[in-house]
Amino acid sequence: MTKRVGLEGSFAVSEAVRMADVDVLSAYPITPQTHIVERLSEMVADGDLDAEFICVESEHSAMSACVGASAAGARVFTCTAGQGLELMHEVLYIPSSMRLPVVAVVANRALSSPLSVWGDHSDAMAVRDIGWVQIFAENVQQAYDLTLCAYRIAEDKDVLFPAMVHLDGFHLSHVIEPVILPDQRQVDDFIPEFEYPFALNPDKPVSMGCYGPPYIYTEAKKSQNVAFESSRKIVSKAWGEFEGIFERSYLPVESYRTEDADVILLVMGSFAETAMLAIDRMRKEGKKVGLARLRLWRPFPFDEIRKAVKGAKLLVVLDRCISFGYGGPVCSELRSAFYREKNRPDIVSFIGGLGGRDITIDQYEYMIKRGKEISENGSEEEFEMIGVRQ
Amino acid sequence: MREIRIHGRGGQGAVTLAELVCHAAINEGKYAQSMPSFGPERRGAPVLAFLRISDEHIKIRAEVITPDVVVVLDPGLLNITDVTSGLKSGGTVLINTKKSIDEIRSKFGVESRLGVVNAVEIARETLGVPITNTTMIGALLKATKIVKKDSLIEPLKHRFGPIADKNIKAMNRAFDETTIEEV
Repeated sequence: MTKRVGLEGSFAVSEAVRMADVDVLSAYPITPQTHIVERLSEMVADGDLDAEFICVESEHSAMSACVGASAAGARVFTCTAGQGLELMHEVLYIPSSMRLPVVAVVANRALSSPLSVWGDHSDAMAVRDIGWVQIFAENVQQAYDLTLCAYRIAEDKDVLFPAMVHLDGFHLSHVIEPVILPDQRQVDDFIPEFEYPFALNPDKPVSMGCYGPPYIYTEAKKSQNVAFESSRKIVSKAWGEFEGIFERSYLPVESYRTEDADVILLVMGSFAETAMLAIDRMRKEGKKVGLARLRLWRPFPFDEIRKAVKGAKLLVVLDRCISFGYGGPVCSELRSAFYREKNRPDIVSFIGGLGGRDITIDQYEYMIKRGKEISENGSEEEFEMIGVRQ
Repeated sequence: MREIRIHGRGGQGAVTLAELVCHAAINEGKYAQSMPSFGPERRGAPVLAFLRISDEHIKIRAEVITPDVVVVLDPGLLNITDVTSGLKSGGTVLINTKKSIDEIRSKFGVESRLGVVNAVEIARETLGVPITNTTMIGALLKATKIVKKDSLIEPLKHRFGPIADKNIKAMNRAFDETTIEEV
């Protein structure tokens, strides 16, 4: 039976991992991800989750343990944040290149220095190119749902890539909201018992992570990318199945009141729902504005984003990360994605919400209005950083 | 939607207060959201916690800057913070203090609807420790009726186990002993 309960974002993720019945957990605690690990270790200690919890001394080792366990055919989980994801970075390329369906949750956190435990997308953007399926959650229900979906997607025989769910540190990880928890049977139907087709087995030896000299490395990378690109359709298929069972729907790009919109604001993560309130306010004043969100970050949803902003004159992009000496990384990708389109919208870049700074409804409205001014009159700056005290 | 801001010091349970009332509201079928003031926990340092309760899905995810209700767990904070900052017109301030309503009004210039209760005394006598968060829930419920008092029983039991009954008693006593002055 489904039940509606109040759950902190971190506990909702832990509950999804428990209901996914993972075999091996390995993680190192770091704010703001700590509550996920703590809850999972309690579940294992209390016998509520029959899994091996491998205690490690670092995130590098946590991912290494997940790689080994996944190669042996286990369903695995890890989670981290900020500097922890950076320390894990080297190993993140291994499961994607070895086609291991590791699932990780990141409670997004700013990067040092100055030391910040608070949320932004600097850690997520630093792992853009690791070859994992990457998905952003906007509220606690989605943090639960998308963690389940990560297993369904990663373990699909036509995917077999690792998947990462991003939820904003504190703004989701530490917030309690109502969550609808499904029946265990529904979860079992959605993610049935997993059998990894190439699991390490002494009776049927295989090699993984081999030496790749120049005569084969390019081919290996080409085949990896072909396979990764083709996982896009499985992501959509998995979300379709999810909707069939759980009656909540997800799309690679999601739109809010974009029909007939001249200006579309684009944000990712937990700030999206707050931005909707700005859209509602401006719509009430008769302004033709809407909101788009990239739910799927990798593989990048080219077709869906082009379709989502079709007809709009201006796309205003908010990045919660800065690429120093360049600007907003999400905006840069969108400009690139639209470059060859004949009727492309103008694209204006804003950066804000760094290191846990809130963005108010007024500031979303400001970005839309200021974006129009910049689009009409031009600007000497490549981007504008909002809410800076000077 | 009603927005509540809780002022306390690290260790006084401001975040727990927000969480307990949040769970009670969700258990009643309402929508609610509790949010800590994000930061490393430091015992004794001023902290904030936030709570929103609504009849529909809550979309805003940001600190409460224009509260309907302010709860102050530590009267010492009145000397260093403007606890009424951003208070909506018609809003309520609830303070754990030994002082009378008149004293609070004249000393700190609080002009809004105001409630006071000696929560430290109640907590000391009922719980044996001067931790006033569950006590101040009693004041909050008396002043706002934001959730039913019975709805707190389950969250308090879940959170405090064997000492839940003492906390329920402290809440009930504060409910009875809080003085509220309408404006």
